[in-house]
Amino acid sequence: MSAASGKLIKGATGDWETVIGLEVHAQVTSNSKLFSGASTEFGGEPNSHVSLVDAAMPGMLPVINEECVRQAVRTGLGLNAQINRRSVFDRKNYFYPDSPQGYQISQYKSPIVGEGEVVLELDGGRTATVGIERLHLEQDAGKLLHDRSPDQTCVDLNRCGVALMEIVSKPDIRDAEQAQAYVTKLRSILRYLGTCDGDMEKGSLRADVNVSVRRAGATELGTRCEIKNMNSISFIGDAIEYEARRQIEIIEDGGSIDQETRLYDPGKGETRSMRSKEEAHDYRYFPDPDLLPLQFSEAYVAGIKAGLPELPDQKKARFIADFGLSPYDASVLVAERESADFYETVLTGLADKSRDGKLAANWVINELFGRLNKEGRDITGSPVSAEQLSAIVGLIGEGTISGKIAKDLFEIVWTEGGDPRALVESRGMKQVTDLGAIEKVVDEIIAANPEKVAQARAKPQLAGWFVGQVMKSSGGKANPQAVNDLLKSKLGI
Amino acid sequence: MTDLTSLTLAEAREGLANKSFTSLELTDAHLGAIEAARALNAFVMETPDQARAMARAVDAKIARGEGGPLAGIPLGIKDLFATKDVRTTACSKILGNFVPPYESTITSQLWRDGAVMLGKLNNDEFAMGSSNETSCFGPVVNPWRREGSNTTLVPGGSSGGSASAVAALLCMGATATDTGGSIRQPAAFTGTVGIKPTYGRCSRWGIVAFASSLDQAGPIARTVRDSAILMRSMAGHDPKDTTSVDRAVPDYEAAIGKSVKGMKIGIPKEYRLDGMPAEIERLWSEGAAWLKAAGAELIDVSLPHTKYALPAYYIVAPAEASSNLARYDGVRYGLRVPGRSIGELYENTRAEGFGPEVRRRVMIGTYVLSAGYYDAYYLRAQKVRTLIKRDFEDCFAKGVHAILTPATPSAAFGIGEKGADPVEMYLNDIFTVTVNMAGLPGIAVPAGKDTQGLPLGLQLIGRPFDEETLFSLGEVIEQAAGRFTPARWW
Repeated sequence: MSAASGKLIKGATGDWETVIGLEVHAQVTSNSKLFSGASTEFGGEPNSHVSLVDAAMPGMLPVINEECVRQAVRTGLGLNAQINRRSVFDRKNYFYPDSPQGYQISQYKSPIVGEGEVVLELDGGRTATVGIERLHLEQDAGKLLHDRSPDQTCVDLNRCGVALMEIVSKPDIRDAEQAQAYVTKLRSILRYLGTCDGDMEKGSLRADVNVSVRRAGATELGTRCEIKNMNSISFIGDAIEYEARRQIEIIEDGGSIDQETRLYDPGKGETRSMRSKEEAHDYRYFPDPDLLPLQFSEAYVAGIKAGLPELPDQKKARFIADFGLSPYDASVLVAERESADFYETVLTGLADKSRDGKLAANWVINELFGRLNKEGRDITGSPVSAEQLSAIVGLIGEGTISGKIAKDLFEIVWTEGGDPRALVESRGMKQVTDLGAIEKVVDEIIAANPEKVAQARAKPQLAGWFVGQVMKSSGGKANPQAVNDLLKSKLGI
Repeated sequence: MTDLTSLTLAEAREGLANKSFTSLELTDAHLGAIEAARALNAFVMETPDQARAMARAVDAKIARGEGGPLAGIPLGIKDLFATKDVRTTACSKILGNFVPPYESTITSQLWRDGAVMLGKLNNDEFAMGSSNETSCFGPVVNPWRREGSNTTLVPGGSSGGSASAVAALLCMGATATDTGGSIRQPAAFTGTVGIKPTYGRCSRWGIVAFASSLDQAGPIARTVRDSAILMRSMAGHDPKDTTSVDRAVPDYEAAIGKSVKGMKIGIPKEYRLDGMPAEIERLWSEGAAWLKAAGAELIDVSLPHTKYALPAYYIVAPAEASSNLARYDGVRYGLRVPGRSIGELYENTRAEGFGPEVRRRVMIGTYVLSAGYYDAYYLRAQKVRTLIKRDFEDCFAKGVHAILTPATPSAAFGIGEKGADPVEMYLNDIFTVTVNMAGLPGIAVPAGKDTQGLPLGLQLIGRPFDEETLFSLGEVIEQAAGRFTPARWW
């Protein structure tokens, strides 16, 4: 598998390629921490979710939370990755007040998940495949609070010991767009799996981004810098663009890149050095003697696999195959689990899914998303429920209302709420399909406009005028197809 | 009434059951003995009020016929065990006046079974030492003295307080821990019985960790039977310690007096060291002869990797210790020596809080785990460990039921005698560390005296989870050798 090519950057001396690899830290969705029974709830009073184990009291021992292990296996399967039937917890030793044990329990040589892959969707329908190197489980650290006291730093251990999955990509990413698409896709998969809520603002998902550059066509990797702790997809893009240009300038000026850890400053839009390779810690990893290796049977993994939900790629393929959606529309719908779920609920309410599935997609994407975007809302706060939208689409599909009327109905439901079917009845919005009634109107209009009739017979495109007149006089409720058919036969065109 | 402190645990149990005396009387007798024996420095914290309260409560239970297997038995607790609301320091300055809000699994099981806590016992700082001289509370004195000498001797370590207190009749039994010999060596130095059970037999939860893959708690007691009684209450699976094993706890006491006829006893040639004192050699042969007389079969066996055990141990144990002791940083509990930065706070606290032996092991451990040295030291030591384990497995696969060795290369030595060279001190563990490296059970039983009248012990090493055989064999030696009680001078 080779990486997709990316956007090259023009330097003073030629074109440059960016090579990117990401380490994503995803907080595992679980009620309690990785090795203790303390709650993982976000936003509690400082130090209110801390067990004796989290505080590293003397003689305390970690006990693995099996739910976190299942979540990691689930994630590995969702990334089409190798599940390692035996994995080992190691200690990563370093001193810092946010790490009470003086070490982080992580997995070093034998991670729970091995190689996998993620397929990215890029602009213009292009795709790129990014290899996953590994996924391992580890403890999150606590938080230092510098603003509680003028001369002291306080420590909040609520987050300390919460389970993280570190998902390491191969250096297969070639530009900022791909990196953003990768995080977006990864986040989407995690949210579908229910293994991480993906909330980047709360820090549930953060990424360390490794960036290096090389001349276009070169095969050797350049020296990389690691940009730490990025918690926004747009900043990831900005940081990569900046960092790649910074490195290119240095090399083109005859300098060389120092391997180092950098931080991105979104205010200034630049990265700055945090620590050099020489200052890097020696973590003295060794297997944690308090914990036995994790060992799974084949049946355990198979059981988890059988319980996996449908993932975005599979869902997209099904939407295309079953409802004739365009790949683009299908991608839009599956990108977020909530929108896919919404669409599926709309489908559930439809009497004829194969007939109206595409129509439903159009309504969800164009009418609903369009309106939500305009008002800055997201799908979870939509005033029109999936059930209501389903009713509207059903009414169109079965010919009870026209598309035009449906837009009015949508507006009413959006602002006033109510059952669309009942609204159509009570407000007389039903489409007139009584051919006799339509024919009467058609006859009247033909009789009243002999010169237009002559023109239309000479130039059939002008028949549209008659359609407009009929619709107008029926208050938009006449079935447009019936009107068309009648006019054609009456006018003899 | 005879002096209650001179009873064995089993005898006291009977007396309590017969209502010959109460737990309060038994407890008071021991509290009096403790008070009179402060010169031994065995206890670092006496808890007389708590002891009497527990004794009264258990007396009431006994009266109602509800006492547990240890009802009313006063015990001493090594200061490595967290005891709720009672200061627990591991005999290190760095823990200061740390009072845990929790009780270790083992001690809660002892209280569950009706035992009474007399107080906390001295030990080497963080259990690092073989003479109980590294304790921040000062050395423990061995109740034994060489004949005609007033030289104060070490009780061995790290469970020196436990061994000294049991030998001096200050408590009926004591908890102890053993990482490289810390139960068996002090038991041998004080004429008491000490068993280190199979790794995983007892919970480590609530015991201050030294080297997690080697640490195992066990009892020190006056007789083999007493140690079997205590083992039953201490052993068991604990969901809070994933390295503890979910396996039924047998009635160890039932193994006492069971015939050893036909058992195969391995005599490993690698334990016959160059320059080994003749009296140790003699003790070993005598022990073998007693077992043979009881119907056991002696066979020569080989444990070829024995000579690598001590060096490998002094890589693995400090490596784990350097990481286990990282939590003592002055941030959350215990000693804090301020500094201008967090780095300085760490440095000041740890420099002041840890004694020299602990600092040495933290340094060694940090070194052997460092990038570039890991493979040469830690990884290689782990490989040696696998080979040592295999030596024993091969031996047991040949039908050997237990292995007989000396417990220590000498009798107790004088306080301050071996301070200069740490390696000389480390050599004390030469016969015991292999057992920890292999995770096996080992018992030290007093078997005789050296020429100066000091007790000497023999060690029996068993198959995994076969502590029962060790109790059966240990009692044969005990029966032949008799019991050893020091003459009171304090």
